[in-house]
Amino acid sequence: MHKHVVFNNRVLPYLLLAPQILVTLVFFFWPAGQAIYQSAYIPDPFGLSSQFVGFGNFEFLLRDRYYLASFKTTVVFSTLVTVVSMGAALWLAVMADRVIKGSSAYKTLLVWPYAVAPAVAGVLWLFMFNPNVGLVAWYLKAMGYNWNHVLNGDEAMGLVVVASAWRQISYNFLFFLAGLQAIPRSVIEAAAIDGASFARRFWTIVFPLLSPTTFFLLVVNVVYAFFETFGVIHTITGGGPQQATTILVYKVFSDGFVGQDLGSSAAQSVILLFVVGLLTVVQFRYIERKVHY
Amino acid sequence: MSGMVEKRGLGIWLTHLGLIIGIAIICFPIYMAFVASTVTQPEIARPPMPLIPGPHLIDNYTAALTRGVNSPVLLMLFNSSVMALGITIGKIVISIISAYAIVYFRFPFRMAFFWMIFLTLMLPVEVRIVPTYEVVAGFGMLNSYTGLILPLVASATATFLFRQFFLTVPDELIEAARVDGAGPVRFFLDILLPMSRTNIAALFVILFIYGWNQYLWPLLITTKPEMNTIVMGIKQMFPSGDDIANWPVIMATTLLAMLPPVAVVIFMQGLFVKGLVESEK
Amino acid sequence: MAKIGFSNVRKSYGPTEVIHGVDAEIADGELIVIVGPSGCGKSTLLRMVAGLETITAGEIRIGDRVVNDLEPRERDIAMVFQNYALYPHMSVFDNMAYGLKIAGVPKAEIAERVAQAAKMLELEPYLDRKPRQLSGGQRQRVAMGRAIVRKPSVFLFDEPLSNLDAKLRVQMRVEIKTLQRRLGVTSLYVTHDQVEAMTMADRIIVMNGGNAEQVGTPLAVYHKPATVFVGGFIGSPPMNFLQAARLQASGLLRKVAEVGGAAGALNTVGVRPEHLAFCSEGEAVLSGKLMIAEALGAETLAHVELDDGERMIVRIEGGREVPAAGARVHLSCTSEHLHYFGADGKRLPD
Repeated sequence: MHKHVVFNNRVLPYLLLAPQILVTLVFFFWPAGQAIYQSAYIPDPFGLSSQFVGFGNFEFLLRDRYYLASFKTTVVFSTLVTVVSMGAALWLAVMADRVIKGSSAYKTLLVWPYAVAPAVAGVLWLFMFNPNVGLVAWYLKAMGYNWNHVLNGDEAMGLVVVASAWRQISYNFLFFLAGLQAIPRSVIEAAAIDGASFARRFWTIVFPLLSPTTFFLLVVNVVYAFFETFGVIHTITGGGPQQATTILVYKVFSDGFVGQDLGSSAAQSVILLFVVGLLTVVQFRYIERKVHY
Repeated sequence: MSGMVEKRGLGIWLTHLGLIIGIAIICFPIYMAFVASTVTQPEIARPPMPLIPGPHLIDNYTAALTRGVNSPVLLMLFNSSVMALGITIGKIVISIISAYAIVYFRFPFRMAFFWMIFLTLMLPVEVRIVPTYEVVAGFGMLNSYTGLILPLVASATATFLFRQFFLTVPDELIEAARVDGAGPVRFFLDILLPMSRTNIAALFVILFIYGWNQYLWPLLITTKPEMNTIVMGIKQMFPSGDDIANWPVIMATTLLAMLPPVAVVIFMQGLFVKGLVESEK
Repeated sequence: MAKIGFSNVRKSYGPTEVIHGVDAEIADGELIVIVGPSGCGKSTLLRMVAGLETITAGEIRIGDRVVNDLEPRERDIAMVFQNYALYPHMSVFDNMAYGLKIAGVPKAEIAERVAQAAKMLELEPYLDRKPRQLSGGQRQRVAMGRAIVRKPSVFLFDEPLSNLDAKLRVQMRVEIKTLQRRLGVTSLYVTHDQVEAMTMADRIIVMNGGNAEQVGTPLAVYHKPATVFVGGFIGSPPMNFLQAARLQASGLLRKVAEVGGAAGALNTVGVRPEHLAFCSEGEAVLSGKLMIAEALGAETLAHVELDDGERMIVRIEGGREVPAAGARVHLSCTSEHLHYFGADGKRLPD
């Protein structure tokens, strides 16, 4: 953490830090403070005055059916996104690790979706499943299944999960492949000589050795699903139908900007602050472990 | 290759087949978008839409770039470029100088500043949307490039990455530079900055993608169509109500929106992977 | 060109003092080697001259100036680092030219001075290369070149040869010495290798535990070590030491009145391996068993275990016959070759 040799200068380090600290103070700490402050007030409908309610907003939220539903939606959504994208990525990574020829070409063909914005991913999948013009929706209809995610909450959830997971597969694939390639060959060869089949080798040797990567990706994917999928949901479902895809972050947005319920939105922000804090701590615990690994 | 003992015959072909199927599924949405951007509106409106590209590619892209729906896509591309480059360059400059201060100087409150920067990791913009919006609105930065860029240029990740790299630079280099007569500014510009080239490039790739793909923030900050960025502008192209969307133009725009970041990833894959791995350390 | 002076120089890190007051005067053009085991403070002392470490107390002078509070660049010095500290992204030319550029030397003059140094160091073919494209010896030369072009009044070398293989080290040590002679620049050279110290130095400063134990020419240090430590550190194989009481009966100990633990009393006797010889039982001063004899060609090193378990090394000419391993042997020496030390480890007057 320390350099033994440093420069002596009284003013320069502060000048160098000033831009970062200023931006941090003005656009991070000040708004976060505001969120905490506003969470204790209820503004009147005209925004002229506000009334102090202490933890009132929080109490209200925790009894609010919609908010609790949104919690559940978030858990379901993040679990599904994580499982789908990590499962698909692991499957692809194991195969890409098996082939010798063309491995880098496959890699190139698999990494680019990471560069697609979540909102753009949303539009791409919306187009295929659009109940009126979507090709997949049409084929489903031809096969007798009446797809309409605009009305059916489960279908809506399925679609935002697939669109969100699709983009994240590249990221997981890259880290799984690197993890697989880091496993010493001799370990696998020893298992093969011991007579273990491929499936057995995978579950008893490769997968356990991959667990640091898996755990790391677990955290990253949950964070992604919680905070970065706003674009997917906003473009595909707008949180609907009947709030079936309103995850917590989306609710902060829709209550604050659409519903103009600033006190509640601020209280939700504060709750999210705690969630992020928790995830960050988990992540750091993990990093510490990785150091000792 | 490490995952397997050498594979022969049928097995290897099945593996290739599996990979190709996987890639086909992953690429399918893009292909459909491409096909849609080469046909006419009526062809899409009467499903099923064609599966092979039509002859209207140039028409649709010209229409998108010059007219768009609310504002020409060319303008949105320009806005996106300004925002993405502004965020990228801003983050890199701000982070590299703060990392330099933290690693190469001893001064009061050094660790306090370090933790302050660290804490921003816990404050993604999605979490503090409303109050941040109010702050930016208070400064009169709505519908401005400053408003799009400035609130996003602090970066704990980039600062840590540079700090990590600086700590690996041997102490003797700074000593040699001091004996050679270089002060802190010269040492930074002549020695440290050139040595950080690869790190800067890797970070540039990652941050450019991050900046280009911003959605929620420009959605809040830009209310005038002429300030829309392309990623958030696509959504604005859908008509409200029951009108049928102009899918060929929307899909052309969608492909244009992904082109720059995807090109960056494909052509700078090495740097991209390095950036991803480094920024997660 | 300049003299260097140390007056009671001290260095502390917090409450821990690591250099306990060093005094020395270095003449213009001299090459002084500071030698000692790792952790003895030799590098710290050098870095204090360079201005890379602050001076806790005392005074360092370069020329007529006290440099305690001067920045490295204001001290008119150049330094060669152990790992060379070449700027990895700069060509050999730029590495050498960097200091001159900062000093604002005109371009033409920089080119000329670098060319001159490159010629001297046979680096001309490599000026456009990056450090990573060079061998260890070549990098070492670039580091030298970087020091030379500055035309400083003092060269500082911090273990510059320790990253080279043995053969190259011998070659470079001659080159550095020759170059220093030719340029006549006052030089401080830090090493842990006493052979380097003996072969290169005009004078040696032997350091131990933060003290300068002895300052003197290589031969003075070798023949008249000021302390037990110096006797054991300089010379390979090292000096043999014996409790003085053991020799009391031999009649060899002349001029020394008192043997014992008191201050000023004789406590330890040292003798160089080359001053011991095998002899008949009758002439023996010491007796023991020959453990092993290492024949090195020009010389043979015989390891003898004395009757009380003490080990001695005897150096004899290569051609001489050596008793078989395990044989009982007898050793003799003459009184003029004995070194006398007190209980505090300091040399007693002859």
